[in-house]
Amino acid sequence: MKGLKLDHLQIALNDTVLLRLDARVRPGEVLAVMGPSGSGKSTLLSCIAGTLDPVFRTGGCVQLDGRDLDGLPPEQRQVGLLFQDALLFPHLSVAGNVLFGVPRHHADRREKVEALLRDAGLEGFGPRGPQTLSGGQKARVALLRTLAAEPRAILLDEPFSSLDATLRGEMRQYVFDRIRRAGVPALLVTHDREDAIASGGHIVEL
Amino acid sequence: MKPLSAWVHISPWLVLVVLAGPVLAGLAGIVLPAFGWLPALGGDTPGFHAWRQLSEQPGLFRMVIISLVSGLLTTAVSLAIVSLFVAGWSGTRAFRAVERCLSPLLSVPHAAAALALMFLIAPSGLLARWVSPWLSGWQQPPDLLIVNDVWGFSMMAGLVVKEVPFLFLVTLAALRQCHAGDRMRLARSLGYAPMAGWFRAVFPALYPLIRLPVYAVIAYASAAVDVGLILGPTSPPPLSVAVLGWLNDPRLDMRFMASAGALLQVLVTVGALSVWWLGERLVTGISAGWLVSGGRRCADRWWSGAGLVGVMLTVLLAASGLLGLLIWSFAGFWSFPANWPGQWTMTTWERAVLLLGDPLRNAALVGVVATLLSVLLVLGWLENGARSPLRATRLPQRALYLPLIVPAVAFLFGLVMLQALLGIQPGLASVVLGHLVFVLPYVYLSLSESYRRMDPRWIQLARTLGASPDRAFFRVRLPMLMAPCLTAAAVGFAVSIGQYLPTVLLGAGRVTTVTTEAVALASGGDRRIVAAFALTQAVLPAVGYALALGLPALLMRRTRRIRP
Repeated sequence: MKGLKLDHLQIALNDTVLLRLDARVRPGEVLAVMGPSGSGKSTLLSCIAGTLDPVFRTGGCVQLDGRDLDGLPPEQRQVGLLFQDALLFPHLSVAGNVLFGVPRHHADRREKVEALLRDAGLEGFGPRGPQTLSGGQKARVALLRTLAAEPRAILLDEPFSSLDATLRGEMRQYVFDRIRRAGVPALLVTHDREDAIASGGHIVEL
Repeated sequence: MKPLSAWVHISPWLVLVVLAGPVLAGLAGIVLPAFGWLPALGGDTPGFHAWRQLSEQPGLFRMVIISLVSGLLTTAVSLAIVSLFVAGWSGTRAFRAVERCLSPLLSVPHAAAALALMFLIAPSGLLARWVSPWLSGWQQPPDLLIVNDVWGFSMMAGLVVKEVPFLFLVTLAALRQCHAGDRMRLARSLGYAPMAGWFRAVFPALYPLIRLPVYAVIAYASAAVDVGLILGPTSPPPLSVAVLGWLNDPRLDMRFMASAGALLQVLVTVGALSVWWLGERLVTGISAGWLVSGGRRCADRWWSGAGLVGVMLTVLLAASGLLGLLIWSFAGFWSFPANWPGQWTMTTWERAVLLLGDPLRNAALVGVVATLLSVLLVLGWLENGARSPLRATRLPQRALYLPLIVPAVAFLFGLVMLQALLGIQPGLASVVLGHLVFVLPYVYLSLSESYRRMDPRWIQLARTLGASPDRAFFRVRLPMLMAPCLTAAAVGFAVSIGQYLPTVLLGAGRVTTVTTEAVALASGGDRRIVAAFALTQAVLPAVGYALALGLPALLMRRTRRIRP
């Protein structure tokens, strides 16, 4: 079955259960997980992405397109991650950042980068350094980089909270549209109800 | 397994071997002969005869006292200067100016600093010439034993000049770690004057963070050989210098007594550390009430003035000493009371260039190889810790200060004897390994903080974008940490350039570097050539730093600086 499935997922630290979640996200859908800070939202994303600190213990399982993710290293999970900060690699150009995401087996990697940039209205920005971009441009490049890796699911960790109010609405629109077009399941964690509502999918409270 | 993964896997163990191996093996190499057991030299009856012979050495008690006192006194003075200055002047313009002066001073090797001081304070030195005859009335260099004075005060001054910059920079790092700014704002808002507030609110949190470096300073000062050779008393010399003399004695049966002497040096250093430790307990006990006594001021102006004077004196001594080296190396005929040389000439440097070839090449070769190995080992070790935070071995961390606290003269001597026993030829390879022991801890201390502070999300991000751990290391971690890596390499190179003892001992005198030559020439008469060597020695680390700071700027120019 296609999509992301969290089957009785449970994360614990020192015998204290931090969160329990049972959910399914279909391709092109966004599931919003809400909760106050400290409720383990980021831990949930780390668990799905495979970057969880080994001090945490997990139960249940995570399936992506019918494949069990348990035990796979992050680079083999095909799960994209988008943080609150764009985190563009400062030592690479804009094109270099996107190129970092494009899988190596691709024939025309550079062409793909150009196409992605063009589609995002960032044509000609490729050779620039990431420091020269505006906040909104950085956020878009970060999303492009994630999409370039052709993920089967995307995780969003409060992706809009560092943007100012006018930009936030625009970016929400752009990101959710783009994810729908890519046809991948997405999981959004946020403490902002407007984010959750704008995602247009189910909302889970932790 | 990929080569990098394998390296990351084994490097903590390699680091442990590099740090602890030579120290423990070297100590074993002196403990056994000290008690009469060294079959290769006919020692097969354990006993105390080496110690009896040692106890009959003239001036032994004085040697021990000089070593103990210089270990404790110089550290106390340096720590007092640094903490008074930091307490009284943090955040001022004077503070930033001193910060800029002290950092380069740290890279000046001990030997060069000692030689600079020697040329400054000697009876015919720069200071005497500057005050003569208008102030002192001297027409001839005064007949005073200023350098090599009996109680080692000039040696201690030389040590303080190097300890102040070291403790200052260590303190700067610790200040950030213990949120000194917030603590001070709090104390000031409760009505405490800067000094009274700093020693109550910041120092108790700061000291535990700089404790190990302080111990390293005590250990170094109680066993310093190069500074002792240049500035220290001669009859009797400090214990460490005496031990070096005994172990260079051509009579092989002296090896037993020399081993006992080396072991005594270990005991003296341990003794100095114990006394300091007791002092810590005492201060903690006494100050418990004072901390909460509520006194809002404590002669602030006086104490902060003392701190400033101490720091300024250090900077001025070092700076005018280095200036003195420069003047001497270009000086032609220079009769005594004249303030400046009568003529300037290039002959000294023309001669020096001919003599510097081998020493310079050896110093650079050993420095580069030891630094490269250290950086590779430290990167592997840190990456290991970053990849498996649970399994990461903590053992090397504990061994980190081992080579900085166990007196070098002791364990290096043991290594020399082991080297001879195993039939290993002394030469460049052993010298490089010897330098590695001292370079590695500083490379780690310089790099580890940046490594830990790097946001873990960068690597997580790279991994979710499909990069293997190795690719993430090469494509993300390494480029992003390029500047700290280069700085750490420059620190390592500076440490290597400054090494006197491992070069002399493990190279059996056959590997000459700028440092060994500068120290060897110091006792000779040719002041100008010594100045040229000392200056070259002082400049080499600076070259390393210049490269470390210049390279990233060149590399980064490509991607940065492109404006929309």
